[in-house]
Amino acid sequence: MTVKQVQNEIIEEFSLFDDWMQRYEYMIELGKSLPLIDTQYKTDQNIIKGCQSKVWVHADMVDEKVIFTADSDAIITKGIIAILIRTFSNHSPKEILEANTNFIDQIGLKEHLSPTRANGLVSMIKQLKLYALAYQTQLN
Amino acid sequence: MTLDLTNIRADFPILSRKVNGQPLVYLDNAATSQTPKQVIDVIADYYKRYNANIHRGVHTLSQEATDKFEEARKTVQDHFGIEKTHEIIFTPGTTHSINLVAFGFGSLLKTGDEVIVSALEHHANIVPWQMMCERSGAILRVIPMTDAGTLDMKAYDKLLNDKTKLIFVNHVSNALGTINPIEEIIEKAHAIGAAVLVDGAQACGHIKPNLQKLNVDFYTVSAHKLCGPTGVGILYGKEHWLKKLPPYQGGGEMIDEVTFEKTTYADLPHKFEAGTPNICGGIAFGAALNYMNAVGFEAIGAYEDELLKNATDRLSKIEGLRIYGESERKTAVISFNIDDIHPYDIGTLLDKMGIAVRTGHHCAQPIMDYYKIPGTVRASFAFYNTLEEVDQFVNGVQRATDMLR
Repeated sequence: MTVKQVQNEIIEEFSLFDDWMQRYEYMIELGKSLPLIDTQYKTDQNIIKGCQSKVWVHADMVDEKVIFTADSDAIITKGIIAILIRTFSNHSPKEILEANTNFIDQIGLKEHLSPTRANGLVSMIKQLKLYALAYQTQLN
Repeated sequence: MTLDLTNIRADFPILSRKVNGQPLVYLDNAATSQTPKQVIDVIADYYKRYNANIHRGVHTLSQEATDKFEEARKTVQDHFGIEKTHEIIFTPGTTHSINLVAFGFGSLLKTGDEVIVSALEHHANIVPWQMMCERSGAILRVIPMTDAGTLDMKAYDKLLNDKTKLIFVNHVSNALGTINPIEEIIEKAHAIGAAVLVDGAQACGHIKPNLQKLNVDFYTVSAHKLCGPTGVGILYGKEHWLKKLPPYQGGGEMIDEVTFEKTTYADLPHKFEAGTPNICGGIAFGAALNYMNAVGFEAIGAYEDELLKNATDRLSKIEGLRIYGESERKTAVISFNIDDIHPYDIGTLLDKMGIAVRTGHHCAQPIMDYYKIPGTVRASFAFYNTLEEVDQFVNGVQRATDMLR
Protein backbone atom coordinates (compact mmCIF):
# COMPACT_ATOMS: atom_id res chain seq x y z
CA MET A 1 0.00 0.00 0.00
CA THR A 2 1.11 3.53 -0.66
CA VAL A 3 1.14 6.14 2.08
CA LYS A 4 -1.96 7.68 0.54
CA GLN A 5 -3.78 4.34 0.61
CA VAL A 6 -2.98 3.80 4.26
CA GLN A 7 -4.21 7.28 5.04
CA ASN A 8 -7.47 6.67 3.17
CA GLU A 9 -7.92 3.48 5.13
CA ILE A 10 -7.54 5.40 8.40
CA ILE A 11 -9.99 8.08 7.24
CA GLU A 12 -12.50 5.33 6.52
CA GLU A 13 -12.03 3.76 9.95
CA PHE A 14 -12.61 7.09 11.67
CA SER A 15 -15.69 7.86 9.55
CA LEU A 16 -17.52 5.13 11.47
CA PHE A 17 -17.54 7.19 14.64
CA ASP A 18 -20.34 9.62 15.51
CA ASP A 19 -18.77 11.64 18.26
CA TRP A 20 -15.50 12.65 19.86
CA MET A 21 -15.74 10.06 22.60
CA GLN A 22 -15.72 7.16 20.19
CA ARG A 23 -12.85 8.73 18.26
CA TYR A 24 -10.82 9.16 21.42
CA GLU A 25 -11.65 5.71 22.72
CA TYR A 26 -10.36 4.30 19.44
CA MET A 27 -7.25 6.43 19.64
CA ILE A 28 -6.57 5.21 23.17
CA GLU A 29 -6.90 1.64 21.85
CA LEU A 30 -4.45 2.43 19.05
CA GLY A 31 -2.11 3.93 21.60
CA LYS A 32 -2.06 0.69 23.51
CA SER A 33 -1.17 -1.24 20.33
CA LEU A 34 1.66 1.05 19.22
CA PRO A 35 4.78 -0.89 18.08
CA LEU A 36 6.90 0.00 21.06
CA ILE A 37 10.42 1.26 20.77
CA ASP A 38 13.03 -1.17 22.06
CA THR A 39 14.10 -0.17 25.59
CA GLN A 40 17.70 0.30 24.47
CA TYR A 41 16.55 3.17 22.21
CA LYS A 42 14.33 4.78 24.85
CA THR A 43 17.13 7.09 25.83
CA ASP A 44 17.26 10.77 26.64
CA GLN A 45 19.01 11.23 23.31
CA ASN A 46 15.97 9.90 21.45
CA ILE A 47 13.48 12.07 23.36
CA ILE A 48 11.62 14.62 21.33
CA LYS A 49 10.80 17.29 23.81
CA GLY A 50 7.30 18.64 23.76
CA CYS A 51 6.21 20.81 26.63
CA GLN A 52 4.35 18.12 28.52
CA SER A 53 4.37 14.61 27.12
CA LYS A 54 7.62 12.91 26.27
CA VAL A 55 7.95 11.26 22.88
CA TRP A 56 10.67 8.77 21.83
CA VAL A 57 11.28 7.73 18.24
CA HIS A 58 13.64 5.23 16.65
CA ALA A 59 14.14 4.31 12.98
CA ASP A 60 15.68 1.32 11.15
CA MET A 61 16.02 0.56 7.46
CA VAL A 62 15.13 -2.93 6.28
CA ASP A 63 15.14 -3.71 2.53
CA GLU A 64 15.27 -0.02 1.69
CA LYS A 65 12.16 0.65 3.76
CA VAL A 66 12.14 2.68 6.94
CA ILE A 67 10.62 1.08 10.04
CA PHE A 68 9.68 3.38 12.90
CA THR A 69 9.06 2.49 16.51
CA ALA A 70 8.08 4.98 19.21
CA ASP A 71 6.61 5.57 22.62
CA SER A 72 5.15 8.35 24.75
CA ASP A 73 4.24 8.70 28.40
CA ALA A 74 0.78 10.04 27.46
CA ILE A 75 -1.68 7.58 25.96
CA ILE A 76 -3.55 9.99 23.66
CA THR A 77 -0.23 11.18 22.27
CA LYS A 78 0.66 7.52 21.76
CA GLY A 79 -2.57 7.01 19.83
CA ILE A 80 -1.72 9.76 17.39
CA ILE A 81 1.83 8.47 17.08
CA ALA A 82 0.39 5.06 16.26
CA ILE A 83 -1.65 6.64 13.46
CA LEU A 84 1.33 8.56 12.11
CA ILE A 85 3.66 5.60 12.27
CA ARG A 86 1.13 3.42 10.52
CA THR A 87 1.20 5.82 7.57
CA PHE A 88 4.94 6.51 7.54
CA SER A 89 6.47 3.19 8.54
CA ASN A 90 7.41 0.49 6.03
CA HIS A 91 7.81 2.90 3.12
CA SER A 92 10.82 4.04 1.15
CA PRO A 93 12.60 7.18 2.38
CA LYS A 94 11.46 8.98 -0.76
CA GLU A 95 7.79 8.18 -0.12
CA ILE A 96 8.10 9.35 3.47
CA LEU A 97 9.70 12.60 2.41
CA GLU A 98 6.88 13.25 -0.05
CA ALA A 99 4.10 12.31 2.37
CA ASN A 100 2.02 14.88 4.22
CA THR A 101 -0.23 14.74 7.28
CA ASN A 102 -3.28 16.56 5.91
CA PHE A 103 -5.44 13.50 6.56
CA ILE A 104 -5.29 14.30 10.28
CA ASP A 105 -7.77 17.16 9.59
CA GLN A 106 -10.19 14.72 8.04
CA ILE A 107 -10.28 12.41 11.05
CA GLY A 108 -11.06 15.26 13.43
CA LEU A 109 -7.73 15.40 15.23
CA LYS A 110 -6.41 18.58 13.68
CA GLU A 111 -5.89 20.31 17.01
CA HIS A 112 -3.28 17.75 18.02
CA LEU A 113 -0.96 18.67 15.18
CA SER A 114 -1.13 22.41 15.71
CA PRO A 115 2.42 23.78 16.12
CA THR A 116 1.38 25.53 19.34
CA ARG A 117 0.10 22.34 20.93
CA ALA A 118 2.46 21.32 23.68
CA ASN A 119 2.63 17.61 22.91
CA GLY A 120 5.76 17.20 20.81
CA LEU A 121 3.97 15.74 17.79
CA VAL A 122 4.98 18.42 15.32
CA SER A 123 8.61 17.94 16.29
CA MET A 124 8.08 14.21 15.99
CA ILE A 125 6.92 14.46 12.37
CA LYS A 126 9.97 16.59 11.64
CA GLN A 127 12.13 13.90 13.23
CA LEU A 128 10.49 11.11 11.17
CA LYS A 129 11.27 13.09 8.02
CA LEU A 130 14.83 13.73 9.16
CA TYR A 131 15.37 10.00 9.58
CA ALA A 132 13.93 9.44 6.08
CA LEU A 133 16.22 12.13 4.69
CA ALA A 134 19.26 10.51 6.31
CA TYR A 135 18.37 7.11 4.84
CA GLN A 136 17.66 8.69 1.45
CA THR A 137 21.15 10.17 1.47
CA GLN A 138 22.56 6.69 2.26
CA LEU A 139 20.72 5.20 -0.70
CA ASN A 140 21.90 7.84 -3.17
CA MET B 1 -22.50 38.24 52.86
CA THR B 2 -23.19 35.88 50.00
CA LEU B 3 -22.41 36.38 46.35
CA ASP B 4 -25.09 36.89 43.73
CA LEU B 5 -23.71 34.37 41.24
CA THR B 6 -26.33 35.02 38.54
CA ASN B 7 -25.44 38.70 38.38
CA ILE B 8 -21.71 38.11 38.73
CA ARG B 9 -21.66 35.57 35.90
CA ALA B 10 -23.62 37.95 33.70
CA ASP B 11 -20.73 40.41 34.09
CA PHE B 12 -18.36 37.99 32.30
CA PRO B 13 -19.33 37.62 28.63
CA ILE B 14 -16.84 34.79 28.03
CA LEU B 15 -18.52 32.53 30.60
CA SER B 16 -21.52 32.07 28.32
CA ARG B 17 -19.55 30.74 25.36
CA LYS B 18 -19.31 27.14 24.30
CA VAL B 19 -16.15 25.11 23.84
CA ASN B 20 -16.22 21.96 21.70
CA GLY B 21 -20.01 22.21 21.70
CA GLN B 22 -20.21 22.24 25.51
CA PRO B 23 -20.81 25.16 27.88
CA LEU B 24 -17.43 26.44 29.03
CA VAL B 25 -16.36 25.44 32.55
CA TYR B 26 -13.34 27.65 33.15
CA LEU B 27 -11.09 26.26 35.89
CA ASP B 28 -7.76 27.74 34.86
CA ASN B 29 -8.04 30.90 36.91
CA ALA B 30 -4.58 30.55 38.40
CA ALA B 31 -3.18 30.96 34.88
CA THR B 32 -5.36 33.94 34.08
CA SER B 33 -8.70 35.19 35.33
CA GLN B 34 -11.55 36.29 33.07
CA THR B 35 -12.49 39.90 32.44
CA PRO B 36 -15.83 41.48 33.43
CA LYS B 37 -17.59 43.85 31.07
CA GLN B 38 -16.96 46.71 33.50
CA VAL B 39 -13.23 46.35 32.72
CA ILE B 40 -13.73 45.62 29.01
CA ASP B 41 -15.78 48.83 28.79
CA VAL B 42 -12.98 50.86 30.39
CA ILE B 43 -10.52 49.48 27.82
CA ALA B 44 -12.84 50.31 24.92
CA ASP B 45 -13.59 53.75 26.37
CA TYR B 46 -9.89 54.56 26.60
CA TYR B 47 -9.31 53.86 22.90
CA LYS B 48 -12.55 55.50 21.82
CA ARG B 49 -12.23 58.72 23.78
CA TYR B 50 -8.85 59.64 25.23
CA ASN B 51 -5.99 57.49 23.89
CA ALA B 52 -2.87 59.65 24.23
CA ASN B 53 0.65 59.47 25.62
CA ILE B 54 0.94 60.56 29.21
CA HIS B 55 3.02 62.80 31.48
CA ARG B 56 4.34 65.18 28.85
CA GLY B 57 1.55 66.33 26.57
CA VAL B 58 0.11 69.81 26.88
CA HIS B 59 -3.06 68.82 25.09
CA THR B 60 -6.34 67.79 26.69
CA LEU B 61 -6.31 64.12 25.68
CA SER B 62 -2.86 63.64 27.16
CA GLN B 63 -3.96 65.35 30.35
CA GLU B 64 -7.06 63.17 30.62
CA ALA B 65 -5.07 59.97 30.04
CA THR B 66 -2.47 61.08 32.60
CA ASP B 67 -5.16 61.81 35.17
CA LYS B 68 -6.79 58.41 34.67
CA PHE B 69 -3.46 56.57 34.82
CA GLU B 70 -2.44 58.33 38.03
CA GLU B 71 -5.92 57.75 39.42
CA ALA B 72 -5.33 54.02 38.84
CA ARG B 73 -2.10 54.29 40.83
CA LYS B 74 -4.14 55.77 43.69
CA THR B 75 -6.64 52.91 43.41
CA VAL B 76 -3.75 50.44 43.69
CA GLN B 77 -2.44 52.39 46.69
CA ASP B 78 -5.78 52.28 48.52
CA HIS B 79 -6.39 48.64 47.70
CA PHE B 80 -3.04 47.38 48.95
CA GLY B 81 -2.73 49.80 51.87
CA ILE B 82 0.43 51.42 50.51
CA GLU B 83 1.81 54.45 52.32
CA LYS B 84 3.17 56.50 49.42
CA THR B 85 1.92 56.65 45.83
CA HIS B 86 5.45 56.74 44.45
CA GLU B 87 6.20 53.38 46.05
CA ILE B 88 4.10 51.86 43.25
CA ILE B 89 5.89 51.09 39.98
CA PHE B 90 3.76 50.09 37.01
CA THR B 91 5.40 47.15 35.21
CA PRO B 92 4.29 44.60 32.60
CA GLY B 93 3.59 42.17 35.45
CA THR B 94 5.07 40.07 38.21
CA THR B 95 7.88 38.49 36.18
CA HIS B 96 9.06 41.93 35.16
CA SER B 97 8.72 43.28 38.69
CA ILE B 98 10.90 40.48 40.07
CA ASN B 99 13.51 40.99 37.38
CA LEU B 100 13.60 44.70 38.18
CA VAL B 101 14.42 44.00 41.82
CA ALA B 102 16.84 41.17 41.01
CA PHE B 103 18.73 43.42 38.60
CA GLY B 104 19.09 46.24 41.11
CA PHE B 105 19.60 44.18 44.25
CA GLY B 106 22.50 42.34 42.65
CA SER B 107 24.50 45.56 42.73
CA LEU B 108 24.05 45.75 46.52
CA LEU B 109 25.41 42.23 47.10
CA LYS B 110 28.93 40.96 47.42
CA THR B 111 30.51 37.52 47.10
CA GLY B 112 29.49 35.28 49.98
CA ASP B 113 26.26 37.11 50.80
CA GLU B 114 23.28 34.79 51.05
CA VAL B 115 19.78 34.99 49.65
CA ILE B 116 16.92 32.57 50.30
CA VAL B 117 14.27 31.18 47.97
CA SER B 118 11.49 28.74 48.84
CA ALA B 119 11.00 25.29 47.32
CA LEU B 120 7.45 26.25 46.33
CA GLU B 121 8.30 28.91 43.76
CA HIS B 122 7.28 29.52 40.18
CA HIS B 123 10.25 29.71 37.80
CA ALA B 124 9.71 33.49 37.62
CA ASN B 125 10.74 33.72 41.28
CA ILE B 126 13.77 31.43 40.85
CA VAL B 127 15.55 32.16 37.59
CA PRO B 128 15.98 35.97 37.92
CA TRP B 129 17.64 35.37 41.32
CA GLN B 130 19.92 32.65 39.97
CA MET B 131 21.01 35.17 37.35
CA MET B 132 21.52 37.74 40.11
CA CYS B 133 23.65 35.28 42.10
CA GLU B 134 25.79 34.54 39.05
CA ARG B 135 26.47 38.24 38.61
CA SER B 136 27.07 39.08 42.25
CA GLY B 137 28.65 35.94 43.73
CA ALA B 138 25.85 35.63 46.28
CA ILE B 139 24.79 32.15 47.42
CA LEU B 140 21.25 30.84 46.88
CA ARG B 141 19.72 28.88 49.79
CA VAL B 142 16.41 27.01 49.63
CA ILE B 143 13.66 26.63 52.25
CA PRO B 144 12.65 22.97 51.76
CA MET B 145 9.06 21.80 51.42
CA THR B 146 7.11 19.06 53.19
CA ASP B 147 4.95 16.24 51.76
CA ALA B 148 1.86 18.33 52.47
CA GLY B 149 3.21 21.03 50.16
CA THR B 150 4.02 23.52 52.92
CA LEU B 151 7.29 25.20 53.82
CA ASP B 152 9.54 23.66 56.44
CA MET B 153 9.68 26.67 58.74
CA LYS B 154 12.15 25.08 61.16
CA ALA B 155 14.57 24.76 58.29
CA TYR B 156 13.93 28.40 57.45
CA ASP B 157 14.99 29.45 60.95
CA LYS B 158 18.26 27.60 60.47
CA LEU B 159 18.96 29.21 57.10
CA LEU B 160 18.83 32.74 58.49
CA ASN B 161 22.19 34.21 59.52
CA ASP B 162 24.11 37.47 59.44
CA LYS B 163 25.05 36.94 55.78
CA THR B 164 21.41 36.69 54.69
CA LYS B 165 20.40 39.77 52.70
CA LEU B 166 17.15 38.93 50.94
CA ILE B 167 14.35 36.35 51.04
CA PHE B 168 11.95 35.86 48.12
CA VAL B 169 8.87 33.74 48.48
CA ASN B 170 5.43 33.60 46.96
CA HIS B 171 2.37 34.54 48.95
CA VAL B 172 0.51 31.60 47.38
CA SER B 173 2.03 28.68 45.46
CA ASN B 174 0.73 28.59 41.88
CA ALA B 175 1.14 24.82 41.53
CA LEU B 176 -0.40 23.77 44.86
CA GLY B 177 -2.39 26.72 46.21
CA THR B 178 -0.53 26.72 49.54
CA ILE B 179 -0.80 30.06 51.37
CA ASN B 180 2.66 30.62 52.81
CA PRO B 181 3.22 32.08 56.30
CA ILE B 182 4.66 35.30 54.90
CA GLU B 183 4.00 37.24 58.12
CA GLU B 184 6.37 34.96 60.01
CA ILE B 185 8.89 34.92 57.16
CA ILE B 186 8.99 38.73 57.07
CA GLU B 187 9.23 39.15 60.82
CA LYS B 188 12.12 36.73 61.17
CA ALA B 189 13.95 38.16 58.18
CA HIS B 190 13.68 41.67 59.54
CA ALA B 191 14.99 40.51 62.90
CA ILE B 192 18.34 39.74 61.25
CA GLY B 193 18.24 42.79 58.96
CA ALA B 194 17.31 41.01 55.71
CA ALA B 195 14.74 42.26 53.21
CA VAL B 196 11.80 40.26 51.82
CA LEU B 197 10.16 40.19 48.40
CA VAL B 198 6.76 38.52 48.21
CA ASP B 199 5.44 37.39 44.82
CA GLY B 200 1.74 38.11 45.14
CA ALA B 201 0.67 36.95 41.67
CA GLN B 202 -1.35 33.99 42.91
CA ALA B 203 -2.71 35.68 46.01
CA CYS B 204 -4.07 38.96 44.72
CA GLY B 205 -7.20 37.52 43.08
CA HIS B 206 -8.26 35.90 46.34
CA ILE B 207 -6.73 37.79 49.25
CA LYS B 208 -6.49 41.52 49.94
CA PRO B 209 -3.19 42.10 51.72
CA ASN B 210 -2.40 45.32 53.55
CA LEU B 211 1.23 45.87 52.57
CA GLN B 212 1.96 48.46 55.23
CA LYS B 213 0.71 46.17 57.95
CA LEU B 214 2.54 43.27 56.40
CA ASN B 215 5.68 45.40 56.54
CA VAL B 216 6.97 43.67 53.40
CA ASP B 217 9.84 45.30 51.50
CA PHE B 218 8.76 44.36 47.97
CA TYR B 219 5.48 42.93 46.68
CA THR B 220 4.55 42.06 43.10
CA VAL B 221 1.16 41.82 41.41
CA SER B 222 -0.12 40.92 37.92
CA ALA B 223 -3.42 42.54 36.91
CA HIS B 224 -4.59 39.60 34.80
CA LYS B 225 -4.81 37.40 37.87
CA LEU B 226 -7.53 39.65 39.31
CA CYS B 227 -9.87 40.29 36.39
CA GLY B 228 -7.63 42.89 34.73
CA PRO B 229 -5.81 42.71 31.38
CA THR B 230 -2.52 40.94 30.66
CA GLY B 231 0.71 42.91 30.28
CA VAL B 232 0.37 45.12 33.34
CA GLY B 233 1.08 44.81 37.03
CA ILE B 234 2.98 46.53 39.79
CA LEU B 235 6.05 46.38 41.87
CA TYR B 236 5.54 47.76 45.34
CA GLY B 237 8.74 48.69 47.12
CA LYS B 238 9.42 50.59 50.31
CA GLU B 239 10.66 54.05 49.42
CA HIS B 240 14.13 53.62 50.93
CA TRP B 241 14.68 50.41 48.97
CA LEU B 242 13.49 51.85 45.67
CA LYS B 243 15.82 54.81 46.20
CA LYS B 244 18.72 52.46 46.81
CA LEU B 245 18.15 50.30 43.70
CA PRO B 246 19.67 51.52 40.41
CA PRO B 247 17.32 52.00 37.44
CA TYR B 248 16.50 48.80 35.55
CA GLN B 249 15.96 50.12 32.05
CA GLY B 250 16.97 53.39 30.45
CA GLY B 251 14.83 55.48 28.16
CA GLY B 252 12.34 58.30 28.08
CA GLU B 253 10.27 59.27 31.11
CA MET B 254 12.86 57.92 33.59
CA ILE B 255 15.33 60.79 33.25
CA ASP B 256 15.87 64.12 34.91
CA GLU B 257 18.45 65.59 32.52
CA VAL B 258 20.27 63.96 29.63
CA THR B 259 23.60 65.05 28.16
CA PHE B 260 26.15 62.84 26.43
CA GLU B 261 28.44 63.27 29.43
CA LYS B 262 25.99 62.32 32.14
CA THR B 263 22.33 61.59 32.71
CA THR B 264 20.54 62.14 35.99
CA TYR B 265 17.47 60.11 36.79
CA ALA B 266 13.94 61.11 37.56
CA ASP B 267 12.39 60.70 41.00
CA LEU B 268 10.26 57.74 41.99
CA PRO B 269 8.22 56.16 40.52
CA HIS B 270 9.35 57.40 37.09
CA LYS B 271 12.94 56.25 37.62
CA PHE B 272 11.66 52.70 37.04
CA GLU B 273 9.06 53.47 34.38
CA ALA B 274 11.17 53.96 31.24
CA GLY B 275 9.29 54.41 27.99
CA THR B 276 5.57 54.63 27.37
CA PRO B 277 3.83 52.45 29.94
CA ASN B 278 0.81 50.23 29.31
CA ILE B 279 -1.48 53.20 29.84
CA CYS B 280 -4.77 51.53 28.99
CA GLY B 281 -3.69 48.44 30.96
CA GLY B 282 -2.92 50.51 34.04
CA ILE B 283 -6.30 52.23 33.91
CA ALA B 284 -8.05 48.88 33.38
CA PHE B 285 -6.09 47.44 36.33
CA GLY B 286 -7.65 50.14 38.50
CA ALA B 287 -11.09 49.29 37.13
CA ALA B 288 -10.50 45.59 37.90
CA LEU B 289 -9.63 46.40 41.52
CA ASN B 290 -12.76 48.52 41.80
CA TYR B 291 -14.82 45.66 40.40
CA MET B 292 -13.39 43.08 42.78
CA ASN B 293 -13.78 45.36 45.77
CA ALA B 294 -17.42 45.93 44.85
CA VAL B 295 -17.88 42.13 44.92
CA GLY B 296 -15.91 42.08 48.18
CA PHE B 297 -12.82 40.08 49.07
CA GLU B 298 -14.28 38.70 52.27
CA ALA B 299 -17.23 37.21 50.42
CA ILE B 300 -14.91 36.01 47.63
CA GLY B 301 -12.65 34.25 50.13
CA ALA B 302 -15.50 32.53 51.98
CA TYR B 303 -17.20 31.42 48.77
CA GLU B 304 -14.01 30.09 47.19
CA ASP B 305 -13.30 28.11 50.37
CA GLU B 306 -16.70 26.48 49.94
CA LEU B 307 -15.92 25.62 46.30
CA LEU B 308 -12.54 24.20 47.33
CA LYS B 309 -13.97 22.07 50.11
CA ASN B 310 -16.76 20.73 47.95
CA ALA B 311 -14.46 19.91 45.03
CA THR B 312 -11.79 18.36 47.29
CA ASP B 313 -14.30 16.13 49.09
CA ARG B 314 -15.85 14.90 45.87
CA LEU B 315 -12.62 14.43 43.91
CA SER B 316 -11.07 12.46 46.78
CA LYS B 317 -13.71 9.79 46.26
CA ILE B 318 -12.32 8.96 42.81
CA GLU B 319 -10.29 5.79 43.09
CA GLY B 320 -6.55 6.28 42.70
CA LEU B 321 -6.74 10.07 42.87
CA ARG B 322 -4.03 11.87 44.82
CA ILE B 323 -4.13 15.55 45.63
CA TYR B 324 -0.80 17.40 45.87
CA GLY B 325 -0.81 20.30 48.31
CA GLU B 326 -2.75 19.65 51.48
CA SER B 327 -1.95 22.72 53.48
CA GLU B 328 -4.61 23.85 55.91
CA ARG B 329 -4.32 27.31 54.40
CA LYS B 330 -4.96 27.11 50.68
CA THR B 331 -6.56 29.11 47.91
CA ALA B 332 -9.05 27.30 45.68
CA VAL B 333 -6.49 25.29 43.73
CA ILE B 334 -6.50 21.50 43.39
CA SER B 335 -3.47 19.83 41.86
CA PHE B 336 -3.89 16.10 41.35
CA ASN B 337 -3.03 12.92 39.49
CA ILE B 338 -4.88 9.64 39.10
CA ASP B 339 -2.73 6.52 39.37
CA ASP B 340 -0.12 6.75 36.64
CA ILE B 341 -2.39 8.38 34.06
CA HIS B 342 -0.55 11.25 32.36
CA PRO B 343 -2.05 14.66 33.25
CA TYR B 344 -1.97 15.61 29.57
CA ASP B 345 -4.45 12.83 28.76
CA ILE B 346 -6.92 13.95 31.41
CA GLY B 347 -6.59 17.60 30.37
CA THR B 348 -7.17 16.71 26.71
CA LEU B 349 -10.35 14.76 27.45
CA LEU B 350 -11.67 17.43 29.84
CA ASP B 351 -11.17 20.01 27.09
CA LYS B 352 -13.38 17.93 24.79
CA MET B 353 -16.06 18.26 27.51
CA GLY B 354 -15.66 22.06 27.60
CA ILE B 355 -13.71 22.02 30.87
CA ALA B 356 -10.55 24.14 30.94
CA VAL B 357 -7.84 23.03 33.38
CA ARG B 358 -4.08 23.34 33.33
CA THR B 359 -1.80 20.34 33.01
CA GLY B 360 1.96 20.04 33.23
CA HIS B 361 4.62 21.21 35.61
CA HIS B 362 3.04 24.66 36.06
CA CYS B 363 6.44 26.35 35.69
CA ALA B 364 7.36 24.90 39.08
CA GLN B 365 9.61 21.98 38.19
CA PRO B 366 11.29 21.75 41.63
CA ILE B 367 7.89 20.91 43.16
CA MET B 368 7.27 18.20 40.54
CA ASP B 369 10.77 16.83 41.16
CA TYR B 370 10.03 16.68 44.87
CA TYR B 371 6.97 14.50 44.23
CA LYS B 372 8.78 12.65 41.40
CA ILE B 373 6.00 13.29 38.88
CA PRO B 374 6.08 14.85 35.39
CA GLY B 375 3.23 17.19 36.29
CA THR B 376 -0.30 17.38 37.60
CA VAL B 377 -3.78 18.33 36.52
CA ARG B 378 -4.60 21.64 38.16
CA ALA B 379 -8.10 22.98 38.62
CA SER B 380 -8.15 26.54 39.96
CA PHE B 381 -11.39 28.22 40.89
CA ALA B 382 -12.56 31.83 40.97
CA PHE B 383 -15.50 33.53 42.62
CA TYR B 384 -17.55 33.28 39.41
CA ASN B 385 -17.39 29.48 39.34
CA THR B 386 -20.41 27.57 40.65
CA LEU B 387 -21.11 24.38 42.57
CA GLU B 388 -22.79 23.05 39.40
CA GLU B 389 -19.46 23.53 37.63
CA VAL B 390 -17.75 21.57 40.39
CA ASP B 391 -20.25 18.78 39.59
CA GLN B 392 -19.47 18.91 35.89
CA PHE B 393 -15.76 18.92 36.61
CA VAL B 394 -15.82 15.95 39.00
CA ASN B 395 -18.03 13.97 36.63
CA GLY B 396 -15.72 14.90 33.76
CA VAL B 397 -12.66 13.67 35.63
CA GLN B 398 -14.46 10.39 36.40
CA ARG B 399 -15.49 9.99 32.76
CA ALA B 400 -11.96 10.73 31.49
CA THR B 401 -10.48 8.28 33.99
CA ASP B 402 -12.88 5.54 32.88
CA MET B 403 -11.83 6.09 29.28
CA LEU B 404 -8.13 6.04 30.06
CA ARG B 405 -8.01 3.06 32.38
